Amino acid sequence: MSAKERLYQGADWDFATLQRIHDACEGIATTELGLSFYPNQIEVITAEQMLDAYASGGMPLFYRHWSFGKHFAHHETFYRKGLRGLAYEIVINSDPCISYLMEENTATMQALVIAHAAFGHNHFFKNNYVFRQWTDAEGILDYLSFAKSFIAHCEERYGQTAVERTLDAAHALMSHGIFRYPSKKRQDLRSEQRRERERRLHEERVFNDLWRTVPTGPSKTASELSAERRRTLLGLPQENILYFLEKSAPRLQSWQREILRIVRLIGQYFYPQRMTKVMNEGTATYVHYRIMTTLHERGQITDGNFIEFLQSHTNVVFQPGFDDPRFSGFNPYALGFSMMQDIERIVSDPTDEDRAWFPDIAGRGDVMGVLRDVWANYRDESFIGQFLSPALIRQMRLFHLHDDPNEPRGVTVEAIHNERGYRRVRQELAQEYDVGYRDTNIEIVDVDLAGDRRLSLRHVIGAGGVLEPTQAQRVLQHLADLWSYDVLLTETDGADSVVKEYVAKPQAGLIAA
Amino acid sequence: MQIVDRRLNPGGKSLENRQKFLRRAKALMQRAVRESSEKKDIKDVLEGGEVRVPLDGLSEPSFQRSARPRDMVLPGNKNFSEGDILPRPEEGGGGSPSGPGEGDSEDDFRFVLTREEFLNFFLDDLELPDLAKRRLAETETEGVRRAGFTTSGSPANISVSRTVQLAMARRVALRRPNPATIAALEAEIADSDADRQAELLAEIDTLKARMKRIPYIDPIDIRYRRFENEPRPVTQAVMFCLMDVSGSMSEHMKDLAKRFYMLLYVFLRRRYKRVEIVFIRHTDRAEEVDEETFFRGPASGGTLVSSALETMRDIIKTRYRASDWNIYAAQASDGDNPQSDGETTASLLSHSILPACQYFAYLEVGEELEPFDMPSSTLWTLYEYLQNRGAPLSMRKVYSRNEIFPIFRDLFQRRSVQAKVSA
Repeated sequence: MSAKERLYQGADWDFATLQRIHDACEGIATTELGLSFYPNQIEVITAEQMLDAYASGGMPLFYRHWSFGKHFAHHETFYRKGLRGLAYEIVINSDPCISYLMEENTATMQALVIAHAAFGHNHFFKNNYVFRQWTDAEGILDYLSFAKSFIAHCEERYGQTAVERTLDAAHALMSHGIFRYPSKKRQDLRSEQRRERERRLHEERVFNDLWRTVPTGPSKTASELSAERRRTLLGLPQENILYFLEKSAPRLQSWQREILRIVRLIGQYFYPQRMTKVMNEGTATYVHYRIMTTLHERGQITDGNFIEFLQSHTNVVFQPGFDDPRFSGFNPYALGFSMMQDIERIVSDPTDEDRAWFPDIAGRGDVMGVLRDVWANYRDESFIGQFLSPALIRQMRLFHLHDDPNEPRGVTVEAIHNERGYRRVRQELAQEYDVGYRDTNIEIVDVDLAGDRRLSLRHVIGAGGVLEPTQAQRVLQHLADLWSYDVLLTETDGADSVVKEYVAKPQAGLIAA
Repeated sequence: MQIVDRRLNPGGKSLENRQKFLRRAKALMQRAVRESSEKKDIKDVLEGGEVRVPLDGLSEPSFQRSARPRDMVLPGNKNFSEGDILPRPEEGGGGSPSGPGEGDSEDDFRFVLTREEFLNFFLDDLELPDLAKRRLAETETEGVRRAGFTTSGSPANISVSRTVQLAMARRVALRRPNPATIAALEAEIADSDADRQAELLAEIDTLKARMKRIPYIDPIDIRYRRFENEPRPVTQAVMFCLMDVSGSMSEHMKDLAKRFYMLLYVFLRRRYKRVEIVFIRHTDRAEEVDEETFFRGPASGGTLVSSALETMRDIIKTRYRASDWNIYAAQASDGDNPQSDGETTASLLSHSILPACQYFAYLEVGEELEPFDMPSSTLWTLYEYLQNRGAPLSMRKVYSRNEIFPIFRDLFQRRSVQAKVSA
């Protein structure tokens, strides 16, 4: 190969280089890997802008809140001290798919990042079913810009403190503002702004002061409105706490309801990312590995570039053992990438064990076909639950620990990488990645409408253990402030017996009028 | 594909969030700044720097599970087999691996403040007492305000709307013919007979001549916006810094005194743009010096406190009349003064200096390991006597460096804050 056909020389790059790299990667992605993706938009940014993006969940624009300032300061301190490097890229699930590249990266790093983000993640965002079901890639940027201006507008109109308090409370409940079961209608963030305006106009139109003066007659007694019927009217039990508050909190202003809605919808947008960490990174890592290798085979990058790539790549997919001081849980890149490679091995060169465990895919030969299907139709929990092979369990030497507080002697080793242990290890690991299992199971069960309007919540403990008390009390305080009457949270075990109770009283006038 | 270069976009996108955060953390920051400044050298303090803020109150709570019972799958098994029981690692030993996503520890939060932010927190609730007491009516600065319109001025100040308004009034008053009227007459010429045509032409000529005589805009219409200089009264204040540099002051004491004045200097310079500062240092004779000499110049000799007070009195007489100025003084000394000088000092203070002063702060510096039962120094006794008679005098003793900050705060704390504290 002559030097002419190389994509770039040395470490320097300019926009023409990026264009060449992108086109070369695109060719490989569409023909060899058969990926389909949103059009790409590549944005070159500085380190400071990268820190900015970090602080707001990786989004290019976000509403203003002190907690983002806190996160920014946190990251910045670490970065300035050199304790932590920055991510090489950030990619946004939008259409067109936006990837940020840092200007400090070398040409090889840019190639790696383009292959990783602009094709790997991009394909995953477009094709994986949870993203298709839950997020609206076309609308997200418009919606964020609406949210930002709406909240700035509220700050102007109702004061910074009031807005901040509402946001604080909403953020505390963000993880409980998610619909876990998809509705028939797809999310349409674009029309959110129009709908907000319509809601307000409707309220203004139907407002008539006369209604206040109409005599209502004796109110229904508690017995008339049976508990069952009351709960049905309020849509109880309800696990989406923010949604319930938005619709039913008695004393919130309409702008406060809109803020709850914004926080809830943004939480919903990030929900699929939480469900697919391992798969998403595994896909992107596998794609960049394939693309970079092909570029090297074709002579479009030099041996030196390829070594530089391998060095970053191995850093990214490094998984230290549990007793290593660098260990901090599973590295999703490492686990995801190993599993993708393992599937490739099973499909193209299976052992007898693989044939027994994976009769559907073992030896099918069409690696990309199988992988594309996996990428489209699984999330972390089901992916690990079905595709973690005994070979990989042995290779990573996985084992399962059970820590029971009632066992004074210590922690038990429940399963290791042997015939008896494979299924149990796999099941346990899959469960760790199940957001439904990881998140606390809390739902609103009742409201005492006839009495003091106390809101009752229930936490079913299950296998996960009780709530952390100080945090729980603080969140509950926020919830009480939004609800503006007392709130009761009971923790019950499987047999419905109460283990612990929390009560919070609203602070007068803090949030709701 | 599209490439966008965002590097030139305005930076500081998170500045607003940072300010919100600082506002939120204000009380915590103030405490942290105060604590960190006690350990630091004065120069470092003024450079700003890192402070540790406890996360409490800035936490973002969420429902979480307590740690146990807990299951985990870990990589890298070496020699465990099924059924083994491993002893738990010591609590807080850091041995137990934390799962992914649990990285945010509840430790202190480190935060780097800029110099500006640091000083703002540091000097936040300090002020000179009774500053508003004497206000000056004399012009000190000049502001500009609008003062109607004028017929002359610079072209930049032409008021177009007023000019056009006047021109229109004049045109109406003098009955300047309307161009539309002429146009209508001209149109009529075409379809009328010869007599009428001549008549119309004559009329048009008169109208045109009249139009020429009465211009659309005349120089007499033109108006200019007028501005007037307006005196703005300001508070005038002067701070006298009196420092004893006699031989009886050890290096340590001088160091304490200089630190104190350094703080005072920074405080005044930042908070009061127009406060004048007079530096006087004295041995057995006093001299007014510039700040460089005051802070860095070496000097030594005997002690005569009255010499400094005399110099101060003379300066007040010549340059800062007590009726016009808010006068403040801060004095630092080891308290040694010959008995013979006591009377002069007392009379100077009570007759000419204290009546003129808004506030007089006296800082007595001592050795780090001063025995507690030392008898009060001559100056201290004297000042205590004066203070008991109601003079606006505050006195503090300071023995070690880390007392400087608290005492400085104490002396210059905002009065309302103090009142709250005592309430």
